[in-house]
Amino acid sequence: MKKIYVREEWCLKCRLCEYICAFANSGCGDIVAALKDKPIMPRITVEEEGKISYAVSCRHCDDALCVKGCISGAISRVDGVVTIDKNKCVGCCTCILSCPYGAIAYGADGTATKCELCVQNAGGSPMCVKYCPNRAIVLE
Amino acid sequence: MNYVIIGNSIAAVGGIEGIRRTDGDGNITVVGAEPHHVYSRPLISYLLEGKTDSERIKYRPDDFYKKNKCTLKKGVRAESIDTDKKTVFLDDGEALPFDKLLIATGARPFVPKISGLENHEYHTFMTLGDAYGLEKKLKSTKDAKVLILGAGLIGLKCAEAIYRYAKEITVADMADRVLPSILDTEGSAVIKKHLEYKGIRFLLSTAVELDKMKFDVLCVCTGVIPEANLAKDAGIETGRGIYIDAEAKTSKDGIYAAGDCTEGYSAVTGRRGAIAILPNAYIQGETAGINMAGGNAVYDKAMPMNAIGFFGKHILTAGLYEGEEIKSGSVSGGVFKKLFVKDGKLKGFIFIDDFKRAGLYTALIRDGIDLTGIDDATLLDDIGFKLYPKAERDKVLRNQNEGV
Amino acid sequence: MPINYDDNTYEVIRNQDRCINCRVCERQCANLVHKYSEYYGRMTSDCISCVDCQRCVSLCPTKALKIIKNPNSYRDNANWNEAAIKSVYKQAGSGGVLLSSMGTPEAYPVYWDKILINASQVTNPSIDPLREPMETRIALGKRPQNIVRDGNGNIVNTVKNSLFLNVPIMFSAMSYGSISYNAHKSLAIAAEKLGIFYNTGEGGLHRDFYKYGKNTIVQVASGRFGVFKDFLNAGAAVEIKMGQGAKPGIGGHLPGEKIGEDVSRTRMIPQGVDAISPAPHHDIYSIEDLRQLVYSLKEATNYKKPVIVKIAAVHNVAAIASGVARSGADIIAIDGFRGGTGAAPTRIRDNVGIPIELALASVDQRLREEGIRNEISLVAGGSIRNSADIVKAIALGADAVYIATGALLALGCHLCRSCHLGKCNWGIATQNPDLVKRLNPETGSERLVNLITAWTHEIEEMMGGMGINSIEALKGNRLMLRGVGMTQKELDILGIFHAGE
Repeated sequence: MKKIYVREEWCLKCRLCEYICAFANSGCGDIVAALKDKPIMPRITVEEEGKISYAVSCRHCDDALCVKGCISGAISRVDGVVTIDKNKCVGCCTCILSCPYGAIAYGADGTATKCELCVQNAGGSPMCVKYCPNRAIVLE
Repeated sequence: MNYVIIGNSIAAVGGIEGIRRTDGDGNITVVGAEPHHVYSRPLISYLLEGKTDSERIKYRPDDFYKKNKCTLKKGVRAESIDTDKKTVFLDDGEALPFDKLLIATGARPFVPKISGLENHEYHTFMTLGDAYGLEKKLKSTKDAKVLILGAGLIGLKCAEAIYRYAKEITVADMADRVLPSILDTEGSAVIKKHLEYKGIRFLLSTAVELDKMKFDVLCVCTGVIPEANLAKDAGIETGRGIYIDAEAKTSKDGIYAAGDCTEGYSAVTGRRGAIAILPNAYIQGETAGINMAGGNAVYDKAMPMNAIGFFGKHILTAGLYEGEEIKSGSVSGGVFKKLFVKDGKLKGFIFIDDFKRAGLYTALIRDGIDLTGIDDATLLDDIGFKLYPKAERDKVLRNQNEGV
Repeated sequence: MPINYDDNTYEVIRNQDRCINCRVCERQCANLVHKYSEYYGRMTSDCISCVDCQRCVSLCPTKALKIIKNPNSYRDNANWNEAAIKSVYKQAGSGGVLLSSMGTPEAYPVYWDKILINASQVTNPSIDPLREPMETRIALGKRPQNIVRDGNGNIVNTVKNSLFLNVPIMFSAMSYGSISYNAHKSLAIAAEKLGIFYNTGEGGLHRDFYKYGKNTIVQVASGRFGVFKDFLNAGAAVEIKMGQGAKPGIGGHLPGEKIGEDVSRTRMIPQGVDAISPAPHHDIYSIEDLRQLVYSLKEATNYKKPVIVKIAAVHNVAAIASGVARSGADIIAIDGFRGGTGAAPTRIRDNVGIPIELALASVDQRLREEGIRNEISLVAGGSIRNSADIVKAIALGADAVYIATGALLALGCHLCRSCHLGKCNWGIATQNPDLVKRLNPETGSERLVNLITAWTHEIEEMMGGMGINSIEALKGNRLMLRGVGMTQKELDILGIFHAGE
C-alpha cells in the first residue's frame, strides 16, 4: 500500500497543498468558487519553524490510534485507507484527541474530517502529491 | 486453540481483532450478558439525543462475528471461572473450556447510599437497556421533571441525552462542581454555565434527600465500578478492578483482562488504577488478543484522556493537571486552552472549544518530549513536530506503524 | 530625497476576482513583490522589484496573476529608446558598469532561423526512425589520419581518449557558484542518465559530484579555481576556457556574497571574498603557451583524457581555431555571442563577438582547407535553442553542441536575466539555501532527460527525412541546408546555397 510521505528538505512552505486539498475536498469544480472568501479546511497542514517546513496529513497508520479510539466504530481501514464513516461519526472528537499527527479536524458538518487520499473525491489520487511543486509530498 | 471472551464489549472486539492478527483459525467464543450485537456504550446518550440509532450504534458491522469466525452467545452470563480446569461456567448450564480466557466484563453502575432511594424507581445510564428503559419512561411521562444524581461525565451526558424529552432537568451532586474528574475549577465553571444557559439546574455541594424532592424521573449517574467479582471469585488478583500488567495478563496463567473491569498502570502516574475510557478498552483488548494468540504486544501508554461534548461545546482533556499553567483564550468566554507543564514537559491539558490538532499535545505528553526553551505562544498555538529533534521528527514522519 | 528615475519595468496584474489570498505568491517571491495587506484585506504588489521571473504566475493556483511590461511610456524615440534612456539614468545614479545576465536580448540576426533543412522526396528515400536504426552516438576527439593494419591485415585501433556521447549534445560550463548545488546535481544526474556530459565551469567540482565523474567535463579557466590533481582526474575530459561567447575578452567576477562555505571549499578560495577570473590566462600569450597548458593537463591526467579548448566566437575565430587545433587540444568548443552568462557587463554582452553560425561555418571551412579538421572535434554553443538548431549546427560542421540556456529553461528558468542579483526564485542562479531548495534535482534531472530525449527523437525524425541514418553522415553536410533572406556574403560564409538553388 502506497503512503503519502513528506520530504522536509524539499518543502518550500508555499502551502499550495493546503489550498489544493481544501479545493479537492470542497466538492466544487471551480477552485475560485470553492476557496474565495471562505475559511479553508485543508486536511493537510504545513508546519513551519525558521528554515524547517513540511506538510503533515494522515499517515494512514497500520496501527491507527484513531481507529482504536473511535467510540462509534466509525473509523476503519478500507484498502489501506483510514476512512471515517460520516454516517456513524457522532463528532465526539476522540480521534482528534488521539491522532499523534494532529491530522484530524472537526469538520463544518460536525463530524471528524481527515485525509482519505482523495479516493472519495473527484481527484481520485492524492491531489497534494500531484500539485506539490517540488515533490516534497510523495506517494510511495 | 480455544479462546473464550467474557463480555461482548469494546475490549472483546479488540481481543477478537488481536487474536485474528496472528491466529486465523482458533475457536473464539464470546459470552455476552446483554442481548445485543456489540455496541458502543458511550453512544447511548447520542442514541437518545437522536444523533445515532439502533443500527449505527453497532460498534462493528453485523457480519463481524462471522467474518472473524467467532461464536457469540448473547444474553448468557458467565457465572464462574475454574482457573485450574480452565473452564467458564455459564448461567445456561454450559461449561466452556478454554486455553486462553479474556475477561472483558466492563463496569457496573455504582449506586451509593442515598437518602430515600429505596422509595423511588430509578434509572442508571450505562447500557443500551438502560437507555431504552429511560427513553420509554420519558416518552410516557408528560412534562417530565428529571432529577439526575451525579454531575460527572455520565450524569451530564444523560442530561444532554434526555434534553428533548424532559421539561425540567436538575443535576445534583455532593461535589461542589461539575465534571471534577476531568476538569479543573475554571473548566467546571465554564461547563456549568453553558449547561445552565441551556436551562439545566444544578444542586451542587448537596446531599439530596429524595423524599423531600419533587421529580418524575430519577437517574442515578453516580459513577461506575469495575465488574471484577467474577475474577475475584476465581482467585484472580483484584483491587477495585482486575489487576493486569502491560501485556493485559492477570495473575493467573492464560487469563487476560481488558477494559473497564481492569486496573492497569497509568503511563502518567505510574500507579495502578482504572482508566475507564473506550480507547483503553480497545487497546487493552487488542493487546490481550495478540498475546493470547502467542504474539508479543505491550501497552504501557495508557493515560487518562477524554473528548466529550455538551450541546456543541467540546472538551478535550488529557494527562495530569500539575505544574505550571499556561493559558490562552477566555474562561468567561467559555473558550480556552490550558496546558500544564512541569520540568519542561507537558503533563496535561484542558481544551474547551479550541482543540485544533489536539492529538499533537497528547503525543507530547505520551512521548515525554522536552519543551524547554519553547515559548508559551508557540506551545499554545503553533506546535508540531518541529518541536521534536530532527532525528526524532524524521522518524515520526517516516514511521509507517505509529500507534500504541 | 533624490528623484526616483528607476520606475518599475514590470507591473503585476492581479485579477482580484480570482485571487483567493492564499499568499503562495508572497511566500514564493524572493524580491518581496507580493504582500498581504491586513488593511485592505487582500494581496497587494510592490512592482518596483519585480523581475518578471514568473514564479508567482506559475504557482498561483487560481491563475489570478499576470506580469506585464509597465505600459508607462516615455515619449516615442526610435533612437533614444526607453532602454537607452534608462541605462543612462541608471549609470548616472550608480556610476557603475551595467551588469546583465544570460544571453543578449538584442535583436541581432539569428541565422538558424534563416536556414532551412532538406528532406528526401521520391529518390533517395527517407527513413522512418521508428522502424530503422538511427545512429545518434558520436565520439569527440582526434581522429586517425589513416587506417593502420597489423601484420595480419587487421585494423589497429589508433583512436585515443575519445569522449563518447549517446547524442551530440552536452551541457556547457556553468560553475558551482554561478548556479546552485541543486542545479549542478540536476545536470550531473541527467548527463549520467543520458550518456552525455555536463561541465563544471570554473568553480571546481563539489565533492558530492565526483561520483558523476565519467559524465563530467572539468574546466580550467583563468582563475584556476578549484583546480588540483583530483579535480582534473575526476572528469572524463578537461576543458581550458579561453573565452566565453557572452563576454569575449573579459574575465569573470563572482561576488563575495555568493561564496559561502560550500562554494569556498569547492573553489578553494576564502569565504565572502570576490572571486575574480582574469581576462586572459596570465600564462598564455600564444598558441605555444596554450600548447604548454594543454600538455600540462594531459601530463597531469596521464594522457588519459581529451583536452577541450573553449573560445569565444570573435572576428578572427577561424585563425584562432586553426591555432588551437595545432596546440594538441582534442576538441575545440566555440561559444557564440548570443550565449548566456551568469553575469556580464551589459555593453560587452550586447556588442562583442560574432554569431555562432558564422563562426562555426568559417572554422569548419578553415580547418578543412588546412587539412586538419580530423585533428580536432568541433563543439558549437551559444544559443542552441532546439533540435533543428542542432541539426543545422551539425550540418554546418559541428561534431556536437553545447547547451546551457536551454538546460536552465528545462530546470525552470524563465529568462528574467537577473542571475547577477543572486535571488533566483527558481533555485537555479542562487546560493540562498531557501531558494536553492526550490529546485529538486529529481524533477530537475527528469526534465533535462525529457528535453534531450525529445530533441533526440526530433533529430532522428529530421535525419530520417533527409535519408540520413547517422549523425556522422550529417556532419558538415551543408548540402542539406538552404538559406532564406540572406545576402550572398552570408551564404558564402555559411557555405550554403540559397533556397531554390
